[in-house]
Amino acid sequence: MITPDLKIKIGSLEMKNPVTVASGTFGYGPEYADYVDLDRLGAVTVKGICAEPHIGNQTPRTFETASGMLNAIGLPGPGAQGFIDKYLPFFEDYEVPLIVNIWGKTVEDYGRVAEILGDQSRISALEVNVSCPNVKEGGALYGTNLDLFRTVVEEVRSKTAKPIIIKLAPNVAGIKPFAKAAESCGADALAVMNSYPAMAIDIETRRPELANRTGGLSGPAIKPIAVKLVWEAAQAVNIPIIGMGGICGPDDAVEFIIAGATAVAVGTSNFSDPSTAVRVIDGLERWMADHDVALVEELRGTVIA
Amino acid sequence: MKQENTTVLEHRLFHGDYRQLTLAAPAIGPLVKPGQFVHLKIPRLGEAVLRRPFSIFKADDQGISILYKSIGKGTDSMRSLQPGEKVDLLGPLGNGFPPLGAGSTVPVLVAGGYGNAALYLQAKTLPVQGVAFFGGRTAADILCIEEFEALGWDVRVATDDGSLGTRGLVTAALNPWLEEQRSETGDPKSSGLEHLEVFACGPNAMLKAIGDIALENNLTAWLSMDRNMACGVGACLTCVIKRKTGTGWEWARCCKDGPVFEASEILWDEN
Repeated sequence: MITPDLKIKIGSLEMKNPVTVASGTFGYGPEYADYVDLDRLGAVTVKGICAEPHIGNQTPRTFETASGMLNAIGLPGPGAQGFIDKYLPFFEDYEVPLIVNIWGKTVEDYGRVAEILGDQSRISALEVNVSCPNVKEGGALYGTNLDLFRTVVEEVRSKTAKPIIIKLAPNVAGIKPFAKAAESCGADALAVMNSYPAMAIDIETRRPELANRTGGLSGPAIKPIAVKLVWEAAQAVNIPIIGMGGICGPDDAVEFIIAGATAVAVGTSNFSDPSTAVRVIDGLERWMADHDVALVEELRGTVIA
Repeated sequence: MKQENTTVLEHRLFHGDYRQLTLAAPAIGPLVKPGQFVHLKIPRLGEAVLRRPFSIFKADDQGISILYKSIGKGTDSMRSLQPGEKVDLLGPLGNGFPPLGAGSTVPVLVAGGYGNAALYLQAKTLPVQGVAFFGGRTAADILCIEEFEALGWDVRVATDDGSLGTRGLVTAALNPWLEEQRSETGDPKSSGLEHLEVFACGPNAMLKAIGDIALENNLTAWLSMDRNMACGVGACLTCVIKRKTGTGWEWARCCKDGPVFEASEILWDEN
């Protein structure tokens, strides 16, 4: 039996395996360190950071639904400098590559946070959130309007030499134009997909379950949507895709890679089982060995469709 | 904090609709401090993506037990757990209750419903026993009187329907007792109650009422706050409450920064 090599590359970022965690589901790093050996992961992706501290949404912020959950956390965070001061030193004790998710209220905001964090040698790549469904300013608008989308990607590209990963919105008529635009504006990779805009209502009070009224749906409920979008985006671009949406085990990761993903991210499943990402890594290696797949690259995009 | 695949040792009807679930958890049990909680993955609840948090009622080197009643799909599903079954736990989580403060001589426990599950270990650990106030809808909602009395606590009860103890909310029993305790200190700034220290767990409205009483009387009161949680470990920022700062407020996570907060820290607006 062969011993598979799980190494992959996202631009200049080398990952020893193709498994990271989805931004927003893994805190800023320390939160899960008691439960997961972070150095086992291909990369750690931390919660969205903008240039300035941000307060986020009122509560309630999450609501469990069938095979999924809604969230409208609203990207509270310590700001770029706050992240550097408070959380970056924690990663000095680890070797795992660090991907920082960034967002802004304005195009200039995106540039500023990219510039500040881009100077930090401990950070391996920036994931650009142009698709948060839960912030009023900017947020999803940059992910669904192609002109604004290009402006943001160009701005971030002009401010950092680090690999940039553009996290795409699922709620667009077609994902290919956005995938292509990101690639042509210099993105190193795509993250597909963000949570899907959704809503739940308490039938007794007739009020939305979330203070923000609507939120983003994540978890196994959205996996088939994400697989389709990865499959479509992979046909449109040559840059790598990090697939995410409802990954709970190794089989899910294999499915995303067959659809066209180079890497995958475990999201909501971290909440129910913090060991999910490590299980995915170990299970993926076993699956590849069992199927005589030596490299992730051999499996990628092999869907017969 | 650990993730442990525990085994059901015992699962029994405790009192009224309340059940006690005892789990063999040799990794988590010895780490437990009073007021902490566990995050439990309910087996056979396929469509649920989240765990459910439960206060730790009892703990020892072999494991832990919790008290619960059916309030929804998750707890309904838990009722079928059988001895020998596996249950995945994260824990112990949160900071729990602090020890009795240096200036305090009489600890006071206040619980609404099965909030006293979260107070039992504190009652057992405190160096002196004081008075415990339990409130509930009916006599069937008042648990653990014998357990607390066996530890030497003076238990006072209030029920909404008057079926046990004073009729009314728990404050109907607490407030007259506080007046009895009030001592003349000669200091106009003193409430005469500063020798008391309160530890409370229960519904939000009760905690707010206790917090208000504490603030009015310059009392230290430790409130175990309950908010909907997703991750339980401080990552998702679901269970936040507003905590006062020098200049305003900040979000504090019930799961990681709490669940116990001192009453004067909490900004109740919109919580």
